[in-house]
Amino acid sequence: MPGFRARRLSRRGIVLAAPLAVVAVVAAGCSAPGAEEPSSGPTSGAVSTELGSEQITLEMYAETGFPLAKALADEFTKQHPNVKFNVREDQFTVIVENAPRVLASDNAPDVIRLPTMVDLVKDGLLKNLDPYFTAYGWDKFPASQLVQLRVAEGGRPRGSGSLYAMGLGYSVTGVFYNKQLAQKAGMTQPPATVAEFEELLAKAKAANVQPIMQFNKNTAGINFPHQALQNQFGDPAQIADWIFQKPGATFDTPAALKATETIQKWAQAGYFPKDANAIDYTAMMGQFQKGGGLFMFNGDWESANLDKSMPGNVGFFLFPGEAAGAKHVAMSAPNTFGVGAKAKHPDAAAFFLNWVHTNDKAREISVKVGGSSPGGPANLTVPPAAEGTVLAETLKASQQLGAENGAVDFTANATGAIFASAITPEMQKLVAGQQTPQGYVKAVQAEYEKELSQ
Amino acid sequence: MTSSAVRARRRRWARTARWSGWLWVLPALLMYAVFVLRPLALTFQYSLYHWNGIGVARWAGLSNYVTVFTDRDLLKIIGNAFILIIFFSFIPVGLGLLVATLVRRITSGPFGTAVRTILFLPQVIPLVAAGIAWSWLLSTTGVVNQVLRAIGLGGLARAWLGEFDTALPSVGVIGAWVLLGLCTILLVTGMSKIDPALYEAARIDGAGPVREFLAVTLPSLRQEIGVCLTVTVIAALASFDIVYISTGGGPGLQTTVPGLEIYRLAFAQRQVGLASALGVVLMALVLLCVLPIQRLTRQDKG
Repeated sequence: MPGFRARRLSRRGIVLAAPLAVVAVVAAGCSAPGAEEPSSGPTSGAVSTELGSEQITLEMYAETGFPLAKALADEFTKQHPNVKFNVREDQFTVIVENAPRVLASDNAPDVIRLPTMVDLVKDGLLKNLDPYFTAYGWDKFPASQLVQLRVAEGGRPRGSGSLYAMGLGYSVTGVFYNKQLAQKAGMTQPPATVAEFEELLAKAKAANVQPIMQFNKNTAGINFPHQALQNQFGDPAQIADWIFQKPGATFDTPAALKATETIQKWAQAGYFPKDANAIDYTAMMGQFQKGGGLFMFNGDWESANLDKSMPGNVGFFLFPGEAAGAKHVAMSAPNTFGVGAKAKHPDAAAFFLNWVHTNDKAREISVKVGGSSPGGPANLTVPPAAEGTVLAETLKASQQLGAENGAVDFTANATGAIFASAITPEMQKLVAGQQTPQGYVKAVQAEYEKELSQ
Repeated sequence: MTSSAVRARRRRWARTARWSGWLWVLPALLMYAVFVLRPLALTFQYSLYHWNGIGVARWAGLSNYVTVFTDRDLLKIIGNAFILIIFFSFIPVGLGLLVATLVRRITSGPFGTAVRTILFLPQVIPLVAAGIAWSWLLSTTGVVNQVLRAIGLGGLARAWLGEFDTALPSVGVIGAWVLLGLCTILLVTGMSKIDPALYEAARIDGAGPVREFLAVTLPSLRQEIGVCLTVTVIAALASFDIVYISTGGGPGLQTTVPGLEIYRLAFAQRQVGLASALGVVLMALVLLCVLPIQRLTRQDKG
């Protein structure tokens, strides 16, 4: 009987395979997938800065875990009752995956949290905001504030060309530290040089305190300290060029190599958790709040959160330069929001983005809820945070960085996939002793070139 | 009514029945075509293009397939899937045979029900939940390390899912745990169908438990073992959930499997063509592994 069954199975196999093959052949003969070449020319100048009184609902696509967008939307509706928001939230990684499809759909969001913008601009999915830039007079903003949000025609390079997004807050990164553990390790004030920082790491280790609490699972959190070092070891403009995909830019620089060697040294010395590759972002936050480490490289989006969970016990400093008194350079990026090219209410969306930067109440919410500088025109003051909080410290750092013009974007944002396909796996290898510093730098650059050639 | 008229009517009825049969399966067939055949064909089509999912695709010919077979990282990723077969297939089937032999005699009664329920439980738990629970167990401060420290083997304690040498085997253990129950239940059911007279005869011939197992149990379970191997090999090669949850493919590419890489290529890197090519290759590999198993285990038990 089994023999009979086998025969019948194979006949059924043929019956099933035949139409399948037909469909496959037919499909392969069909036209290439993909849309027509989008018309991504500059939008006509006819934009309005009037909100009007018509009842409208703005579609907003925001990031889960960051309540700022929703808080701003609620306040906006309070001030302008004819505008309601329909907020959809997802994890950032999900937004990265969904953004192109969502923007290409008929139901494109009016205001959307953006991942790397380059591909979206290339595919003509984002609204060119230049007309609004002129209409609202955003030229009164410090130019450095918006530089990361400019993309040249065709998507490359970034950092120049038309404006495609605005920030709901402008974040700054640096080093948070646990004040109790700092005392235990003999740290009296924030380090003034990289060498001093390394001394503190050694002291902490000797005092049996975990020097750095950093995640490296799923995505490479150790890229934070890596770039913090890289920023100091060379010309930050080189890093910016690489991130903005300027022709000829390379990651294979002495600064990047020296930073990688330092990270390797720190890993070997046990300055990172031994199981960093098994610690994800959430676990790191939990550990740091429980006193699991002296330092944590992170950004001001956690300030409000840390003030709540470890009040009075947490401090912040910008990563120091090689020489005392050197200009600070730190990763700092807007909490990027753009307007969909197919958005139904682009004027209202732009009105909202302008309001976020200029309305007193909105700026206050940006600081209190978002923990970040609200950006906007240089002549507007930043709403103060409560004295003695880490939020006040990060705000001050943000202003200092702005004054020193030391903001650079994240290397992880250089291309859409560089973080997932090169930086993360290679960094995991590096800290586990499976990759050399030279090999790391080369591998990241190789992936970068591969992606740019596509 | 003459008998020939009856026969004619019956024949006509049979003919209509045959056609109406197609009518009955039509809805299912339609669903199958729309949700299985069409995506399959489209995947094949996409695999021949360079496409980011939105813009205009460029004809790529077979270059995506060349990449799949020459890219060192992708080959390692495919290799990982084959290593997982050891954990997802061989260990559950082997252990399953052992456990099934042991619990065969207690399959009836409330105790037997309890045993079966416990063994089958991992199948009921969503893989995502299993992945999360196991990543807690295997974490640096998890139960596994606590137990090791308690019995004086603290030196062995480590971040099981975070270290290069132990990550893939640890993921494998999770898979083995999930699939052991399925295999055991299938094998126990298979054993209950074996004629007890065969065992009696074997015993009269002087066979011990081992000989009995090799001469009676194993050959009789051929088809069940075939089913177990088929299901588990597919689970190993197409694994996604457990890996995604417990390690995210890291550290490095140590636990990245084709399923995860296809997802990443398509949605994070937006290389729909390459992802599709890897998907087609994965399908071919699954068929390549599963068809011989089917053939071997379905032959006559001569």
